[in-house]
Amino acid sequence: MKIVVNYDLCESNAICMAVAPEVFEVRDDDFLYLLTEEPGEELREKMEESVRRCPKQAITIEG
Amino acid sequence: MTVVIAGASLAGLTAAETLRADGYEGAVIVVDPSTTIPADRPPLSKQVLAGEWPPEKAQHRAAARVPELALDLRLGVAATALDAATRSVTLSDGSLISADGVVLAMGAAPRRLPGDQPAGVHVLRTMEDCLALRSDLDKMPARVAVIGAGFIGAEVAATCRSRGLEVTLIEVAPLPLGRVLPGELGGFIADLHRAHGVEVILGVGVEGLDSITGTDGSQRVSGVRLTDGSFVSAEVVVVGIGVVPNTGWLEGSGLRLDNGVACDATCSAAPGIVAAGDVASWPNPLYGEVMRVEQWENAIEQGEYAAKRLLAELQGAEMPAPFASIPWFWSDQYDRKIQMAGRPSSSDEIIIPEGSIEEQRFVALFRRGDLCTGVLGVNRPRHVMQVRMKLTESLSWDSAFSVFA
Repeated sequence: MKIVVNYDLCESNAICMAVAPEVFEVRDDDFLYLLTEEPGEELREKMEESVRRCPKQAITIEG
Repeated sequence: MTVVIAGASLAGLTAAETLRADGYEGAVIVVDPSTTIPADRPPLSKQVLAGEWPPEKAQHRAAARVPELALDLRLGVAATALDAATRSVTLSDGSLISADGVVLAMGAAPRRLPGDQPAGVHVLRTMEDCLALRSDLDKMPARVAVIGAGFIGAEVAATCRSRGLEVTLIEVAPLPLGRVLPGELGGFIADLHRAHGVEVILGVGVEGLDSITGTDGSQRVSGVRLTDGSFVSAEVVVVGIGVVPNTGWLEGSGLRLDNGVACDATCSAAPGIVAAGDVASWPNPLYGEVMRVEQWENAIEQGEYAAKRLLAELQGAEMPAPFASIPWFWSDQYDRKIQMAGRPSSSDEIIIPEGSIEEQRFVALFRRGDLCTGVLGVNRPRHVMQVRMKLTESLSWDSAFSVFA
């Protein structure tokens, strides 16, 4: 499973960080950083939740 | 087995998606009076209204998934009556459905000013509303009057300014966003708009609209008469004075209606009937108060929850814990990203642990005794979400404040 963030759409609302802080981190510069691009399968539900809740629909899961 | 979902907007479609994701294989009938799947609403006051996005881009992800969800989607059809005891749903096309489960997700409709609505007067809720307003803005009116400085009004004012239009923002309360922001924080919003050239009139009500008669005999708005006797000349008027939950058709259903559909702590209104989104009123255990939340993310979160709750009931499985949520929303105005989590009241104390109002980048925490009731951030998304994560566990002030320690 690979996480792709469309940074042209992302506006750092940080909802994904609330859902999965082990993968998504919005830092003090207000930008979103991916802590891993390929999270383990055990995080799939959280990744799908992040995709659903993103206000900018900027996150996609590949694979 | 049959589940009827009333409403094909964010809460309704999320509920449908969740039912399928959790393995429900029965019929899902989704009805909505709109003839197309309703648009994703946030861009309607921003990118689409600004002319930056084509309408088709304002589609929610869940809408694109409809074909694979095997729904019986009936657009242009409204639910017109419900018998809660038997879960019989009557539709506007005359059909009667006997449902095992019902999800009420009809959303809300904008309030309008009383009296005639001459041309040039707009509300903003649907894509149709947005395109009608956009078309009037394309004609470069000399001035746009926005009645109501809530989020819709404030965002429309900002978008009109970005289009180079003159704007007057009129609010009957002493400060903008008075319904959601405690104390003087609304003053920040007023200053923000004034700094961008908006004429902001506060604490004055609307007496009525003036109109002129065109050569073809049609009426067109010419301005807004205010209760202090003054007059705002405007060729376009946008009315953003709140919404009313779409529960009229539930009169006589047997459900209790009280500022929306009155639900228990698990978003259930009656056996086999759940509600989600703008229509659902439920006691939020985190706050110990009954809430109805008109926010984008809540429509998703509550839509998911309500579907899971309903499925548990239909399958005789264990009920989920009550729906405990910290409401969250964002609003983009000019280059400021405003975010708020929680549900403060106007009397809560305001503490600013980061930044300052002067630099227009800050975090404000709201304190009620030992509790932190919410957080507001202006261009501080990280801190807002960190506090929200704490509040989801408990409203403890010390815990929320520790984010800044």
